[in-house]
Amino acid sequence: MNALRATLIIFCMLCAADALADTPNGATLAQQGNGHGVAPCMACHGADGSGQAAAAFPRLAGLSQAYLRKQLDDFANGSRVNATMQPVASELSDVERDALSEYYSKLPLPAATPSPAPNGEVAQLGQRLATRGRWSNALPACEQCHGPDGVGVGDHFPPLSGQSAVYLSNQLHAWQQGSRHNDPLRLMQSVSGKLSDDDVAAISAWYASQPSVPSKEQQP
Amino acid sequence: MSRMRPILISVVLLLIACEHPSPPTSVSAAQVPAPATSPTKVADHFVPPPESTIPDDDFGKQVALGRQIFVDPGRYAKAYVGNQLSCENCHLDAGRLANSAPLWGAYPMYPAYRSKNHHVNTFAERLQGCFNYSMNGKAPPLGDPVLVALESYAYWMSKSEPIGTSLPGRGYPKLAKPALTPDYARGEVVFKRDCALCHGGDGQGQQAAGRTVFPPLWGPQSFNWGAGMEQVNNAAGFIKANMPLGRGNTLTDQDAWDVAYYMDGHERPQDPRFNDSIPATRAAYHDTPDSLYGITVNGQLLGKGTTDR
Repeated sequence: MNALRATLIIFCMLCAADALADTPNGATLAQQGNGHGVAPCMACHGADGSGQAAAAFPRLAGLSQAYLRKQLDDFANGSRVNATMQPVASELSDVERDALSEYYSKLPLPAATPSPAPNGEVAQLGQRLATRGRWSNALPACEQCHGPDGVGVGDHFPPLSGQSAVYLSNQLHAWQQGSRHNDPLRLMQSVSGKLSDDDVAAISAWYASQPSVPSKEQQP
Repeated sequence: MSRMRPILISVVLLLIACEHPSPPTSVSAAQVPAPATSPTKVADHFVPPPESTIPDDDFGKQVALGRQIFVDPGRYAKAYVGNQLSCENCHLDAGRLANSAPLWGAYPMYPAYRSKNHHVNTFAERLQGCFNYSMNGKAPPLGDPVLVALESYAYWMSKSEPIGTSLPGRGYPKLAKPALTPDYARGEVVFKRDCALCHGGDGQGQQAAGRTVFPPLWGPQSFNWGAGMEQVNNAAGFIKANMPLGRGNTLTDQDAWDVAYYMDGHERPQDPRFNDSIPATRAAYHDTPDSLYGITVNGQLLGKGTTDR
């Protein structure tokens, strides 16, 4: 009887500790939402954080923690306009945003199958813009900031590989229209203004067909 | 605790499931046609031949190899490279871009007398200088396959240019002297505002997947004290025309001078011509207001070199 009582007391204490915990659990938030308005992230971004290509929900797994945190802030403050994410980000507290950013940044890269390579001309244009840019138009190559094969660099240049064509194309159009204007030094607004619709389609198809390889620091 | 969690989680999961029966459905940013791309400006300088015209023969193979070396010397000319830089870091678009010291601007100007070493240099000897100083490595010997390939690439790129004529877009723009003497503290403000994002707050650049994406601007992995970029006027011209990448000519001249001074006001690998002492080396090779070698900047005497590689 005493043992049962003790067990009950411990159970209640654990419940209370869980409910009152200052630090929310990123995995719990991602899998279950925050219990007051925010749906589980995984409903759209997938259980493994790889996103849903068809619906343009992006990959979150393995992105920089600082980048993810900034995007949540920017959805909430409107510098990255998005009807789905604005209310979600707004309902997340400071510590919840931190917990989620940390959680997704540490998720291993999902072994997603890249989409099929684009056809000849589109592939050529996409590859050229990705690796060489178009300097006659002062357009740097994507990889000059986003790294070789678009693996992503540091906290400000997210990976392009492992994202779907529709997501990438949506973002490039959003930069062009100004509905997304949360880029440091206006780098993406400047770059996207130099792209035609064909360019956007080619770049998006090109990176969607690249395997997502992890960004890793390496000193020679 | 660990045994309780699954229970709690299941309960919460059920509640959530009831509360939010369906995931949000709207797709991000609406797709509206893109703004028209501004028409490409008619070039007011030499336009090198497109890379698709590199001939498919034994000469073309050397041209193509030269281009590979140029964009990735750490891989294709490894024995002669001593830092994390690539030729393309300062000669943008694989050496094709006007006002970024394009190869087509340099090639037809050699052989040339250079005050840097007081004799007539061939183009190959000029390339050796890049390896000695900018790449902080060692010069490939004359006739080395690396120099043959690089010279072939430069020659091919200069096709149908006049020989011995300095063309518009050659080198870096020469900026007028600034209103205010270039200043370390003002330069630091510009650096933090417009450069640190890519080159890092410590100027050491960023790498990804084993490649240098943003080059180190000073320190052991950057160009050494013998490189042309250590001169504030050269750096200011490059920065004004080309930085931040893709947004060239957006800094004021004053900002370009100040941030060039800030960059060149940091320690970097020793000048390989170092002889006897910092003052003697300054007198021999750096006797210009544009060099900070042997000068005390921000409390540090420059010219000691870096020890670690």
